[in-house]
Amino acid sequence: MENLLSFIPLDLPLIVQNLDRFLQGVGVTLGLTFLSLALGGAMAVPLAIARASRHRVLNPLIWAYTYVFRGTPLLVQTYLLYYGAGQFQFVRESWLWGPVLSQAWWCALIAFTLNTCAYTTELLRGAIVDTPKGEVEAAIATGMSHSGRLHRIVLPSAFRRAIPAYSNEVIFMLHGSVVASTITLQDILGVGRWLNGRYYLAYEGLITAAVLYFIIVFAITRVFRWLERRYLRHLERRRDPVVRNIAPPMGVK
Amino acid sequence: MIKKTLFAAALAVLATGAFADTLRIGVEGAYPPFSFKQPDGSLAGFDIDIAKALCTQMQRDCELVEQEWDGMIPALKAKKFDAIISSMSITEERKRQIDFSEKYYKTPARIVAPKDSDLQGTAEGLASKRLGVQRGSTHQCYAEAHFPDAELVLYGTQDEVFRDLSLGRIDAQLSDSLIAQEGFLSKPEGANYAFLPGDHTDVDCYGEGVGVAVRKGDDALRDAFSAAIKAIRDNGAYKTINDTYFPFDIYGGRPAGL
Repeated sequence: MENLLSFIPLDLPLIVQNLDRFLQGVGVTLGLTFLSLALGGAMAVPLAIARASRHRVLNPLIWAYTYVFRGTPLLVQTYLLYYGAGQFQFVRESWLWGPVLSQAWWCALIAFTLNTCAYTTELLRGAIVDTPKGEVEAAIATGMSHSGRLHRIVLPSAFRRAIPAYSNEVIFMLHGSVVASTITLQDILGVGRWLNGRYYLAYEGLITAAVLYFIIVFAITRVFRWLERRYLRHLERRRDPVVRNIAPPMGVK
Repeated sequence: MIKKTLFAAALAVLATGAFADTLRIGVEGAYPPFSFKQPDGSLAGFDIDIAKALCTQMQRDCELVEQEWDGMIPALKAKKFDAIISSMSITEERKRQIDFSEKYYKTPARIVAPKDSDLQGTAEGLASKRLGVQRGSTHQCYAEAHFPDAELVLYGTQDEVFRDLSLGRIDAQLSDSLIAQEGFLSKPEGANYAFLPGDHTDVDCYGEGVGVAVRKGDDALRDAFSAAIKAIRDNGAYKTINDTYFPFDIYGGRPAGL
């Protein structure tokens, strides 16, 4: 085993020594990613409904918001909030500065939440608009009110159909959370870069970080695969029972 | 036979051509006054001018390659460039990875904090304080060794350290005294900040000064740089560059009055 390990051109003992720091990094990454997904997701539901219903005032406003946040890189948004906002005297003197905007963690959480909310809004809007007409008409025919249709037919159906696309958003958000390491936070990549910087290494920190992200993505895809199986069973391609020819076709012996 | 001769001649041309190839030098561009971007986007600073002077002295064509600090040594080893002239201190830990020429300057490190703070630049004084340093720098090494109880805050560039110090996001920062003086304390945003008493000069982390870094085994290039540094010290080219940026000679050690 010793001999085998010596073939790997990595300083493995150094990685093992600092594994506790990496695990703390995993905590920071998971915390930021899933908190922003939860907050952004919760905000996205009403925004998507307003977009899909083409509300005369709200729709253009929300459209502009999602357009800006989907049209610019997450890194730029985070930098603008962390370094940009602090340049203004009135921001530094406001009550938001001390507890929130002066803290790197809050800046990251706000930027990530606004970013994922924009993507999730558009994703849900698409799912809502694509609700099969038949389902809606059937609901109208049985006398359901507008809000009843939304609650009982449109949204449950849209949420289910949005699952596959949303799994991508979750993974993108996880990968996007590396931006936190550029504003001093010790997330997984932050710890990896700390290790590289501390010991003047090229790969060890990055490879350890990559492996940790890989494991997390693996877990996320497993969860979503289970969700899809549970909630999208009705959309699975049906396996037609194979009809066997009882009599061979003409001309075949 | 003729073919063979021609082939040999072609090889010889190729070989000399390879030697006279452009020398690529890694620089940072975010470490004023040693290397920074001018308003028009071009590079300037002490390191930049020294690099050009050394190339002139060595009679080589040089190309400056910009590289972020924490990827500097990996990029050198990956042959993105052949030498680093970017205020890189000569240390034992780095010497395991790369080789250095003789030093071309050396200044001590000091801690900067708000004027009205009663911080002490000691292990106890900085315990649980937020201390900003540039990631992958000798100051990270020093802070980890000497201020184990401080909360280290790591930044990609020195500019970002100063910016967050002036925004109050960190309690103090550790960097080269000259960098702090020229890049922060002498500017309007550094008006309410000052050095804490005491120099930080630890050979384990800070080493023997700042040298030109080359890949291990590149001895000819390393010695050529050492000779060129000595030559520009002697012929006055170094002094001209030094005096453009600093009111004192930074080659020897700590400047008086800082």
